[in-house]
Amino acid sequence: MTDGLSQDRDPAPDVRVPAADTAPAAQPTSEIVLKPAARPSRIPRPPAEPVRAPVEVTIDGVALVVPQGSTILDACRAEGIDTPTLCYLENLTPVNVCRVCVVEVTGARVLVPACSRRVEPGMEIQTDSERVRHSRRMVLEFLGSSVDLSTAPAARGYIERYAAEPGRYGPPAEPAAPGKRDDREPGHHHAPSGSTAENVFQPVKVDNNLYVRDYSKCILCYKCVEACGEDAQNTFAIAIAGRGFDARVSTEQDVVLPESACVYCGNCIGVCPTGALMFSSEFEMRAAGTWDESVQTVTDTICPYCGVGCTLSLHVQDNEIVKVTSPLDSSITEGHLCVKGRFGFEFVQSRGEPQPDA
Amino acid sequence: MDLHVIGPLATPAERAAVDAVLGPPTSGWAGGRRDSGIDGHAARGGHAARSQRDLLLPVLHAVQARIGWISQPALNYVCRRLTIPPAEAYGVATFYALFSTRPRPPVVAHVCDDIACRLAGAEDVCGDLERSVGPAGEAGVEGQATWLRSPCLGLCERAPAAMFTMAGEAPLSFSAAPVDAVGVTARLGLPAGAGAPGPSDGDVRRSVPQVGQSGLRLLARIGVADPTSLESYREHGGYRALARALELGPERVIAEVTAARLVGRGGAAFPTGRKWAAVATAEGRPKYVVCNADESEPGTFKDRVLLEHDPFAVVESMTIEAFAVGAQQGYLYVRGEYPLAEARVANAIAQARAAGLLGGDILGAGLAFDIELRRGAGAYICGEETALFESIEGRRGEPRNKPPFPVEVGLFGKPTAVNNVETLVNVPLILATDGGGTAYAATGTEGSTGPKLFCLSGHVARPGVYEVEFGATLGELLALGGGVPGGRSVRAILLGGAAGVFVGPEALEMPLTLEATRAAGATLGSGVVMVFDETADMAGTLRRIAQFFRDESCGQCVPCRVGTARQEELLARLASDRPNGSRADELALLRDIGRAMRDASICGLGQTASSAIESALARPELVSA
Repeated sequence: MTDGLSQDRDPAPDVRVPAADTAPAAQPTSEIVLKPAARPSRIPRPPAEPVRAPVEVTIDGVALVVPQGSTILDACRAEGIDTPTLCYLENLTPVNVCRVCVVEVTGARVLVPACSRRVEPGMEIQTDSERVRHSRRMVLEFLGSSVDLSTAPAARGYIERYAAEPGRYGPPAEPAAPGKRDDREPGHHHAPSGSTAENVFQPVKVDNNLYVRDYSKCILCYKCVEACGEDAQNTFAIAIAGRGFDARVSTEQDVVLPESACVYCGNCIGVCPTGALMFSSEFEMRAAGTWDESVQTVTDTICPYCGVGCTLSLHVQDNEIVKVTSPLDSSITEGHLCVKGRFGFEFVQSRGEPQPDA
Repeated sequence: MDLHVIGPLATPAERAAVDAVLGPPTSGWAGGRRDSGIDGHAARGGHAARSQRDLLLPVLHAVQARIGWISQPALNYVCRRLTIPPAEAYGVATFYALFSTRPRPPVVAHVCDDIACRLAGAEDVCGDLERSVGPAGEAGVEGQATWLRSPCLGLCERAPAAMFTMAGEAPLSFSAAPVDAVGVTARLGLPAGAGAPGPSDGDVRRSVPQVGQSGLRLLARIGVADPTSLESYREHGGYRALARALELGPERVIAEVTAARLVGRGGAAFPTGRKWAAVATAEGRPKYVVCNADESEPGTFKDRVLLEHDPFAVVESMTIEAFAVGAQQGYLYVRGEYPLAEARVANAIAQARAAGLLGGDILGAGLAFDIELRRGAGAYICGEETALFESIEGRRGEPRNKPPFPVEVGLFGKPTAVNNVETLVNVPLILATDGGGTAYAATGTEGSTGPKLFCLSGHVARPGVYEVEFGATLGELLALGGGVPGGRSVRAILLGGAAGVFVGPEALEMPLTLEATRAAGATLGSGVVMVFDETADMAGTLRRIAQFFRDESCGQCVPCRVGTARQEELLARLASDRPNGSRADELALLRDIGRAMRDASICGLGQTASSAIESALARPELVSA
C-alpha cells in the first residue's frame, strides 16, 4: 500500500537562488542551482514497535489483559476507572510523589503508585478499597490544609470525591513573610504550637513581565522542575531546594527569574496542575476579577515564528489572547513551547495606529 | 544544557578548597586562566564533565570545611568545575543539614538534643548555652562561633553529646561526650583549627562494657586490637576470611552466607545471601558494593563503634562481598557526624591499599577491588538505600520508588549490593568458622541466627553496645547493662529507635529475636534498646521523635512531608492540653495520619514515622504515670 502522504507530495522543485548583488564583479552574474537530493519514494517510518506480550491482571475483580510494560494507571484508564492524579502528566517522567493515585496490590506491604508501577502477570489490583480511599483522602487533606487550591479545580474535585476534611487540622497559620520560606534551613524548624496548621502560604513572586510564581499554591509535584530540566527544556533554572515541609521550588539562592537561567519558555506553566505558575495576563485578569474561562474560546493554530511548526492553542477572551498552550498530544510539541510561541502574542492585539517608520 | 552561572566567582580560599578536591582548573570556562589558543575552540563540559557529578558532595564538604559556609560565588565556581546547573547545586546544598548556604561562624557546636541525650539533660545544656553563648544559630564568642541543636549524634552511651566543626585552613571536626555547657563553651572559644583536641576514642570500655570478655565474636577485637594498625588486625585473625573466600570461590561464598541465614542488621532484616545472589546473577555491568554506614537512627551507635574500633573488618568484609558478587568498586558511605569513624576507616582503606589488600591484584589472586569513602552531610534519610545512592551520585537524598530494586538498578543505575556495617562484619565470622554457614546458623535461634549487637542507652547503669546471641531476652540484656539505676523501675523501652516501637515492662521476658518481636508487634530495627524509667518525660520524648521526622523527611512525597508536620502539631496540642475536639478525636486523627504515612509514603521513613508515637499513645500507662 502506498503511503497517502507521499502520493500527495509534489516532486521537489529545483531551488533557484539569485546571486547576491554584492558578488564580485569579475564573476558573471548567473543563477546558482541548488538541487536537493532526490526524495526517497516513501517517507521513512519509524521501526514498528515490538509487539508487547499481553499481561493478565485483575482490577477491582475484573480480569483484564493489558500490554506488557503498561502502568497500572494505563490499565485503569483503559478500563475506564477514573484514577486521581496530580503529579502525573503524559509528557513527563512519572515521579510518583503526590501519592493520590495509590492503589492496593494484593501481597504488597504498602500501597503502590498507579502512575509508575508496571503491571505484572497475575497482579490483583484494587482501586477503591477502604485502604486506598483512606490514603487518598488523607493525601488530599494534607494538601488542602497546607496549600491554596483555589485555582486547582481538579484537586478540589478530588477533595469532594473523597470527602477529605482539610479543616480538621485547625485554622491556617499566618503566611510567611516574603522570602522567609526560602530562608529555612534543613533539619531545623520552630516547634509548632499546634493551634494553627502549618502551610506554604507566602506572597506571590512577581519578578518579570511574563509569568508569576505563587508558591502558596505549590503542591511540590516536581512537574515544573522536570519540564525545565530533563523532560523538556534542558535549562535547569529551577530545582527543589530545602528539605521536608520546607522543601520548595527555587532558583539558585532564590534569585529573581531575570537573574536565573530561566529562558521563559513557560513550559513550567504548561505543566503546573494548581495554577501556582501563571501567565501574568491571567494573574492580572484574575486580580481584576475579569478572568472568565466560561467565555473563553480555544483555537488551535500554527506558531508563526519559525519553521518547526508548533501547534499553539490560543485561549481567547473578549477578542484578546489571554494565554497560549499547546496540546499534550501534539506530535511536535508534546505540550511544550518556546518563549516566542508561548509569550510572543502581544503584537496580535496591538491595535494602536501603525507607527510610521522613523 | 546551557550552563548559566551568574555573579562573581569564588574567593581564592574557596577556589583552593574546591581545587584541592578536583585539581586545578584546566580552562577559562572552568574558572581557570583563559588560554586563547584553546578556549573558544574546544568544547567544554559534555559527558566527561557531567560524569563528575558524584563529586558534588565531596566538593561542598571541602568548601564548608574551609570557610564554614557555602557562598553563592563558591557554589558558582563548583558549578563551573562540575558542569552542574546552579539551581540544582543549590537544591543539593540546601538539602543537607551540615551544609550552610548562609553565613555561619567557622566554629560550630552541634549539640545533640535527641531522645537519649534528652534523658541525660541535653535540654539543660541547651538552656545554659542560650544564656552563655546566645540563641542557637546566632554568632557568639566574638562572631567566631555558634551552636546548633542536632539530631542524634550516635553517642547515646555517653550522652549528652556534641560534635564540633571548626572551619579553616586545617579544618577539624570531633565529638565530645559526655559534655556540659561549660565543656561546649570552652571548645567554642578555641581558635579555629589550632590547638583543639583531636579525635579521641573516649574510653572504649564506656562504649563497649564487654571489652575483653571471652566468647565475643562481633566485638572480639574491640579494645583488644589496635584499630589503626593492619598488622594488629591480622594478628587478631584479620584477613583469614578473605583468604578462605578466595579458596571457596564466589558461588560457595554466597552459598555459605545463605546457609548461615544471615539477615540484614540495618533494620529491614532482608536475607543477605539472597541479596548477594541476585547481584551476582544480575545482568548489568559494572556492579557495585556499598556499605551503608549512614547510621542515623536515634539511639543507634553500634556501627559507629565497629567503624571506630574495628575498621579493617569492614574493609575486609566489603572485599569478600565484592568478590562474591563480582564488583570491582565499592563505596563506604559514613554519616557526616562520625568524624572519628571516618578517619579510622580512611586509614584502614589506605593501609589495606598499601598492603595490596585493595587494588588491582588483591592477595595475588587476580581480584581487583577498591573502596571509595564518602561522607554524608547531615540527612537521616540517606540511610535509606536508594537515597544513599542518590547522595553518592551528588544529588538530594530523595529515595527512589521501588521496584526496581538495587540488586538490579542501584548505584549509578547498576546492580548494587548494599549492606549495613554490622551485617558485613558477620560475614568473616561465617567464613572463618569451621563449619561455615551451617555452624553459624546453629547459633542464635531458628528464625534469627548468629550474634547480634544491641545499643543499650537511656536509664540504664552501664549503657553501651552489647553482643548477645539472638534469643537472649530483653530482661537479660538489661541485666547485662546493670539494670535501671537508683532502684527505679522501667516504665517503657523503645525498641528499634525513633522508627521502632515502645514496649512496657511486661516485654522484659520477650526474647530479642526477629520472630518474637514480630509476634509481639514490636521490632528490633537497628538494635536500639532505650530504657525510660518512671521519671522520664515521655510526652517530651514523643514530641522530640515527631520533631525528628518533621526535620528529616526529605519532603518528596505528600504523606510524609505533610503528615510528619501534622503529627508534630497534634502532639503539641496534646501536650498543651488544647485538643481540636476531644483527646479521643486527636488520637483517632493521629491514627489516620499514621496509617496514611504507613500505607502511602515512598520509603521507610514515612512508613515508620508514626510507629513509635502510636505505640506509646496506644498505652497511656507508658506515657504518664
